[in-house]
Amino acid sequence: MPVFIPSSLTDATRLLSNNPSAHLVTGGTDLMVEVNFNHRHPETVISLRKIPEFQHWNIDNKSGVVHIGSSVPYATMEHGELAQALPALAEAARTVGSPQIRAAGSLGGNLGTCSPAGDSLPVLSALNAIVHLHSETTSRSVPFAEFMVGPKRNSRLPNEIISGVTIPLTNGWQGYAKVGVRNAMVISVASVCLAIHDGNVRVALGSVGPTIIRGSESEAWINSVGLENVTPSVAQEFGERVRAESRPIDDHRSTAEYRRHAVGVLATRLLLRGVQR
Amino acid sequence: MTITKTQRDILGSSALRPDGVSKVQGDFAFSSDLHAENMLWGATLRSPHPYARIISIDLSGAWKIAGVECVITAEDVPGQLTYGLISEDQPVFAKDFVRYMGEPVAAVAADHPETCRRALAAIVVVYEVLTPLTNPEHAIDEAREPIHPDGNIIRRQQIIHGDVNATAPIVVEGTYDIGMQDQAFLGTESALAIPDHDGAGIEVFVATQWLHEDRKQMAKCLALPEEKVRLVLGGVGGAFGAREDISLQVHTALLAMRTSRPVKMQYGREESFFGHVHRHPAQIWMRHHANTDGRIVKIEARFVFDGGAYSSTSSAVLINGVTHTQGPYQCPNAIVDGYAVRTNNPPCGAMRGFGVVQACFAHEGQMDKLAVATGIDEVEIRLRNIIHTGDTMITGQVLESVAPLERCIRETAAMPLPREMEAHPHELDLPGGSGRTADRRNIVRGIGWGVSMKNLMYSEGFDDYSTARCTLTNGSVELKFATSEVGQGFVTLAPQIARSVLGVDNVTYDTIDTQIGSAGSTSASRQTWMSGGAVDGACRMVRERLFEHVGALHGIDPLRLAIDDTDVVDTIGSLRITVQEASTNFTVSETFEYHHRPTQDLDDNGQGNCHVAFAFVAHRAVVDVDVELGLVKVVQIATAQDVGRVLNPMSVIGQIEGGIAQGLGLAVMEEIIVTNGIVRNPSFTDYLLPTALDAPQVLISMIEEPDPQAPMGAKGVGEAPCISVTPAIVAAIRNATGKSIDRCPVRPQDICF
Repeated sequence: MPVFIPSSLTDATRLLSNNPSAHLVTGGTDLMVEVNFNHRHPETVISLRKIPEFQHWNIDNKSGVVHIGSSVPYATMEHGELAQALPALAEAARTVGSPQIRAAGSLGGNLGTCSPAGDSLPVLSALNAIVHLHSETTSRSVPFAEFMVGPKRNSRLPNEIISGVTIPLTNGWQGYAKVGVRNAMVISVASVCLAIHDGNVRVALGSVGPTIIRGSESEAWINSVGLENVTPSVAQEFGERVRAESRPIDDHRSTAEYRRHAVGVLATRLLLRGVQR
Repeated sequence: MTITKTQRDILGSSALRPDGVSKVQGDFAFSSDLHAENMLWGATLRSPHPYARIISIDLSGAWKIAGVECVITAEDVPGQLTYGLISEDQPVFAKDFVRYMGEPVAAVAADHPETCRRALAAIVVVYEVLTPLTNPEHAIDEAREPIHPDGNIIRRQQIIHGDVNATAPIVVEGTYDIGMQDQAFLGTESALAIPDHDGAGIEVFVATQWLHEDRKQMAKCLALPEEKVRLVLGGVGGAFGAREDISLQVHTALLAMRTSRPVKMQYGREESFFGHVHRHPAQIWMRHHANTDGRIVKIEARFVFDGGAYSSTSSAVLINGVTHTQGPYQCPNAIVDGYAVRTNNPPCGAMRGFGVVQACFAHEGQMDKLAVATGIDEVEIRLRNIIHTGDTMITGQVLESVAPLERCIRETAAMPLPREMEAHPHELDLPGGSGRTADRRNIVRGIGWGVSMKNLMYSEGFDDYSTARCTLTNGSVELKFATSEVGQGFVTLAPQIARSVLGVDNVTYDTIDTQIGSAGSTSASRQTWMSGGAVDGACRMVRERLFEHVGALHGIDPLRLAIDDTDVVDTIGSLRITVQEASTNFTVSETFEYHHRPTQDLDDNGQGNCHVAFAFVAHRAVVDVDVELGLVKVVQIATAQDVGRVLNPMSVIGQIEGGIAQGLGLAVMEEIIVTNGIVRNPSFTDYLLPTALDAPQVLISMIEEPDPQAPMGAKGVGEAPCISVTPAIVAAIRNATGKSIDRCPVRPQDICF
């Protein structure tokens, strides 16, 4: 089985054009599970881990954005400058698998797989992240909301590679919470990211629908109430509204009823954390 | 002569595992690491359906693939077509019907695992899919035709004891459900089979719990004399009961014999979930009648164990369940009805605790209900009812084991409770852990109790003896036994015994294989007692021969001689020579078979002296619960366990801590989810095991009251830790939430709705 290890984005996109059936891999924490389960049988693999710009991240305070290359491992997001700039992303990163997984896994994989249970995706949604895609001949940037189109489906074209994301900085509180039936190293049963920017609340829900769900109606409601008026009962109602916007299913990990309940509770708690009440 | 005093690795010391360093460093060869020259790989085709008639099997596609050397089905089994530990009702390969999802239908041998995978994909099996029998009650009510020639009821056993019409003023009742737990050993099933050059026999390296039983079953299916099937223990990565039944043994051996080449088989994690039996899911109804002072007068109970498609050890699991209805409490009158039934769910069999886990979950739930109904606290209600040595159990058997139950409970109760949660706890210490779901104000703390007794060794007339040989020469000892080392530490203990009995330090053990008599299974908390007894017996016989030798040389009656540290001494004279010196140019070898006292079958009313001995334990659990989200963090487990005598403190602590983690798993997360006979979560992604973050603080007291029936006074310690910890945790969750929860594992939705 050929494995290509390009050292530039140009080489990578050219290789993908020439090998349209190739599987892209960085940390392999999704792909190898698929291979081990016999769900995928790659004939050609293109490894993206030697492309320098994919490993790069920077915080541009002047433009008010953070850029994170698609191969930057979650371990890098857990602490330090990135964590200070994007606390919700840090909290999500800390819930990804085990330390070994976090040393290998990256946003490129979460975006490429686009599972509704992808731990970082509610954060990218709530923070209005922009996903950068490149083919041999084109480059484009897609808002996360347009990028994820269904369960394990995204708008990446077969000849495109995800180089990274740009995340606008927010000027208010942000946080993330995830329910799993184990205290660590568990796939999300329900997750919520809540971020406040310019006094407005944004909320995104994971594992409770075919895509990450932005709680737009709940956002509009709480923003009309005003953050300064948030009381426990207001937060409770916010949770009820978030809950109503979720569209979960029953599966072997949990029930739709529990997931609906859990996102509501998490939204209430995150809002109270956000306003420190 | 001066003796340099050093810490010797004798009984009572925390001797280190001989394989410990290599396991930690990754050098230890597990059975999956084995390799042979010219080796082929084997793989198994399994049924995707829980119940179906096999219309046809077309192997031609597989044979056409380059690199495929052999394809076999039921047609190719030369001997008996079925096998089993108690009843031989399980096909080596399904022939006419498949009765559970994952049942083997065919096997291939090829030059590479990937070739095997393609060969399996090229086999065409036409099934007529049938409606699976998945509700155990439908196996009992005869609503369904038998799904197996042996019928849908594997065994029914009643217990009728005392005055069945007895009544009492306090009556509590409950129905308890226990989910299907997996042993989830880390080293998946694997074997390497090497055929003899003359084609008349085979050598198999395999990770198993009982070499001789595997050999017996394999020889029958392979149509070989037992002496032509030689088994060698491959490095075992955990067992917990899942290696008691054979899995890939016959398949691997048959492929090797057919191809005249070494064949290796190794299950992946997903296949492993289909490759071994699980803990029986069970539904247990109990009604306790008690006086107002809390004393139990009568227990009524009904047990239904779902055995799945084949019987495995279901009949023995049932007996363990029903005979432990009363738990570690006195009970003069009982009416118990128990079933182990056949369904198209995954086969269930041995797992640590073996039927007692299920019974204990029910009887401890009942004790808490009794405490509420009588207004007596949960510790006092248990103390008032505890069983003592000399009491008659509901089987009519008199409890002969040392029973320091009161000490277990009182010492557990005396252990310090964890501190109150801080105002700003670390996020990882809260329920939900790294998910940061909870804040301090969302958490409620609860405390719960569980107490249990567990039978040791095999029951119902089974003579599960063990064999060991001890050879002393020039101050060194070599031991030989067939005891499966599955991680429990017998390879640590056996040399400790020899050092203590014989006063030598250099003790080695030979390859663990079938070149000596059976050791019985590494299960039922039995190897310290049984194989320990065998090693102890063999070493004592060697010691007698050494004393005769020294006595003859020095003109001393051997009866006057004793071992003192590493010396042979004359107890009433001045002779003192080292064992090293005494055994120079002297070789003696003795083999000893240890048998426990005989037991009896139960009669139709469940009466009989069916068990050998018992061990006791108490657990107190402290949990923090996020009631609104239904998430749990087990904060602390305090336990005092009746161990008889501590032979290796570190090993005992390891068993206790590990057993508690396994019992915690059953309490709050571990469950194989089966829907209409389909396993939904055959992976470690979705079958959740506790992580380090889920493991609680564990406070341990080892209660040492040596049991005169046990060879070294020591009781088996392997199973007791995982039995009553589960009901203790669930009781703590009830205590925290005020909810009535009668099932385990407890799911978030069981708490928050």
